Amino acid sequence: MAYRSLTELADQLERGETTAVELAQQYLARIEAHNPTLNAFVHCDAEHVLAQAEASDAYRAKHGARAMEGLPIAVKDIFCTSDGPTQCCSNILKGYHAPYDAHVITRLKEAGAVLVGKTNMDEFAMGSSNETSAFGSCRNPWHTDCIPGGSSGGSAAAVAAALTPAALGTDTGGSIRQPASLCGITGLKPTYGRVSRRGIIAFASSLDQAGAMTRTVRDAALLTGTISGHDPADATSAADAPDVDWLAACETRDMQGLRIGRPKEYFIDGMDPGVRAAVDAALEQCKALGAEIVDISLPHTQYAVAAYYVIAPSEASANLSRYDGVRFGHRCEHPEDLLDMYTRSRDEGFGAEVKRRILTGAFALSSGYYDAYYLKAQQVRTLIRQDFQQAFEQVDVIATPTSPVPAFRIGEKTDDPLTMYLSDVFTIAVNLAGLPGLSQPCGMVDGLPAGLQWIAPAWQEGRLLAAAAAYEAATPWHQQTPADFTAGEQA
Amino acid sequence: MSWEVVIGLEVHVQVNTKTKAFCGCSTAFGAEPNTQTCPVCLGMPGQLPVLNAEAVQKTILTGLAINATINLESRFDRKNYFYPDLPKGYQISQFAVPLVEKGYLDIPVGDGEKRIGITRIHMEEDAGKSMHEGLEGVSHIDLNRSGVPLMEIVSEPDMRSADEAIAYLKQLHQLIRFLDVSDGDMEKGQFRCDANVSVRRPGEPFGTRAELKNLNSFRFIKQAIEYEANRQIELIEDGGEVVQETRLFDSAKGESRSMRSKEEAHDYRYFPEPDLPPLRVSAEEVAAIRAGMPELPGQLRQRFEQEYGLSAYDADVLTQTRELATWYEQLVAAHPKDPKRCANWMANELLGRLNEAGRDIADSPVNAQALAGLLDRIEDGTISGKIAKDVLDAMMASGDSADAVIEAKGLKQVSDTGAIDALIREVMAANPQQVEQYRNGRDKLFGFFVGQVMKATRGQANPAVVNQRLKILLQD
Repeated sequence: MAYRSLTELADQLERGETTAVELAQQYLARIEAHNPTLNAFVHCDAEHVLAQAEASDAYRAKHGARAMEGLPIAVKDIFCTSDGPTQCCSNILKGYHAPYDAHVITRLKEAGAVLVGKTNMDEFAMGSSNETSAFGSCRNPWHTDCIPGGSSGGSAAAVAAALTPAALGTDTGGSIRQPASLCGITGLKPTYGRVSRRGIIAFASSLDQAGAMTRTVRDAALLTGTISGHDPADATSAADAPDVDWLAACETRDMQGLRIGRPKEYFIDGMDPGVRAAVDAALEQCKALGAEIVDISLPHTQYAVAAYYVIAPSEASANLSRYDGVRFGHRCEHPEDLLDMYTRSRDEGFGAEVKRRILTGAFALSSGYYDAYYLKAQQVRTLIRQDFQQAFEQVDVIATPTSPVPAFRIGEKTDDPLTMYLSDVFTIAVNLAGLPGLSQPCGMVDGLPAGLQWIAPAWQEGRLLAAAAAYEAATPWHQQTPADFTAGEQA
Repeated sequence: MSWEVVIGLEVHVQVNTKTKAFCGCSTAFGAEPNTQTCPVCLGMPGQLPVLNAEAVQKTILTGLAINATINLESRFDRKNYFYPDLPKGYQISQFAVPLVEKGYLDIPVGDGEKRIGITRIHMEEDAGKSMHEGLEGVSHIDLNRSGVPLMEIVSEPDMRSADEAIAYLKQLHQLIRFLDVSDGDMEKGQFRCDANVSVRRPGEPFGTRAELKNLNSFRFIKQAIEYEANRQIELIEDGGEVVQETRLFDSAKGESRSMRSKEEAHDYRYFPEPDLPPLRVSAEEVAAIRAGMPELPGQLRQRFEQEYGLSAYDADVLTQTRELATWYEQLVAAHPKDPKRCANWMANELLGRLNEAGRDIADSPVNAQALAGLLDRIEDGTISGKIAKDVLDAMMASGDSADAVIEAKGLKQVSDTGAIDALIREVMAANPQQVEQYRNGRDKLFGFFVGQVMKATRGQANPAVVNQRLKILLQD
């Protein structure tokens, strides 16, 4: 019974078959039972969760239900919340309590959602496997020796194992879509500017975007609709973004007349044959639903990873300068002088991957290297954006695999950052172009989920949702659940 | 062979907006440390900047006043460096494309003018303040100033002496206050200057420059530039070489010392600020700001000379600040008969007294209406100019009107010929010898009689009437 969608839970609450408190208790029981295995949550305060649930039930009784009344939502440890710690799974923010809620947290609270806790992630969202977390690796519910993907691995694992019906993640280079794919759930990264970044700890400001991680396409629409919208306190949040009829888009059941682009650069040698077969089958399914599959080319795709690993670390090198031991976060013991305080506080507080990216970024921005790295990467970014613009003259949406491989084993790639970086080879270009992208389950490879990625033009989340909803309705993949997580079930 | 000094100036001007450049915190000076801060200007995780539109408008206004190009699309960049009073570890500034470029300012040099090029004006945020003095083993940080909007005004290396540099700075200082884009209070750090100084033989290419930091008064700037120019000249004449470096001027010792060399210079790793979209302003907005441009000091000076017939000197004094000029025009409006008398009394008498009292025109105890009231009494002969000075003293002290002072002290001028004739007769009766001598041709004694009559009336007799009646009565 735990593997229910937000939509099903909302209906049950509406019919009075359950209460927010009951739901909170059920999910808290599952967190207690399974989190020691999965390490998906890094913070969960049961008392506080129940208090929110009680308040929600009282609100419903008095005023009726708001958009997400009583629905439990977990959030990645990157979202600032005025209750509980916000640590970005980094030692440098250990014990940090933000004095404010992120804009999206405010939106969730105003919609009546019950926040169940903070989920595990790669430190400062830098990673593709959740292994860089200062709080230990999170595990994939489908195979606990495997990584859940990253950086929003905790959110993906928590939803996949039904420790929460839905969660928020952030996506800078694939950090929602890749773990969603590896954990067999749905993940939606909105268009850059659709969701306010205020109160979300910055990794790479021009790429970061918050989004939904859910069991169904409709849930992703509900959650994204709740958190999106203009925020005057974020200058990069769009004031005039075209609206989406979030839930209506999910009613689509066929693909008549839909032109789906199949970029040849996303079906490459070296990708897992099982994943490739699953995606090929998915496209056949789309054809059966009435879509036309159009072979397209996104010629600059091969430069996306390189450009991303210049731009994102460059921005990060500045964004992470504020963690200096002066005002908040970790400060080393007995600093000898200012320089000692800076260097030791940061050396002790940051993990290896974060340091690697700060150094990479600082190097790329250095006088004498700026033109060759940062500026060149920005030029590549423009070319990638143009690739998509040209492609969308021919097609309505683009379909690709989300990740070239299913979940890999914990420790398998930690010594080889370059191989690790290739985990995001199919998701990064979408961030560089600022486009919306959605990953949904499309098959199983040796007991591990494979994901199908949809890409649409800017502000056309409606197209993603329509295609994904039609596909979901015609296939069983989103209903698959991992074994071994039945404890805590209350029939 | 002579040496030529080459000077370029970078001036940081605090823009007088109510709130900070990127958040809603107050910019008021002098509050308790760290009370005017919020998560944004404290650089807390996840916080984002939102640009203050008023700061943009004021920077554009300044750009228009120096005849510069306003870039309709400019950009913000991050300037990266670590310092405890810089909460984000970077300063939001404009590096690649500033809001304002290519302007100039004409400054007075000798009898003529000289045009000083202004390379650019860019917007940026101020850092907080570190405090080390009087603290053992620790430093304190006040972040009230963190995020306060600044304009950095960068000149071309067009100045050739410390005096020219000062003339430029004074002109600029006057301008920004006229435009009301800054309060320009140097003691509060609202107008700060760095100077780039080099020397060369005339006609040769520019020499290697040193940058002088921490110049916060006109006097120190002049001292610092002269010290630096002499240091460089001596160095070269002794066979040495000037190295590119940043030097800190110690105003107490009157000398500078090296702060960091070119090799130690920061690499600020500038890159476009991803939290702020490019700054776009429309030609219409710029036109509207131009339309609201107040009269500038030069224009005002010229108009005062032409419209009110003022001397160049008085016109200059009365246009030093917008407050002064406005005050003068209020005075003329209230006493329209004699704008020159207005200028005289304001520039010499009122400002002199305020200056002595260390007060500003804004808190003068005598307002324009009140001073006009005094001038009216001179005009209509109620009091003499000489008495009026005493009346003004009393007005300054008490805040009373001229009429009240005249009434209370009985200073009303005596113009009644009957009364004056009687006094003259008394004086003549008391000094028969002098009358005799005068009538025998000692004309000089006329002054003696005037003095005696004035003395008898404690100065209140109308001098013109006294003169006229004396001439008649002494002839009798």
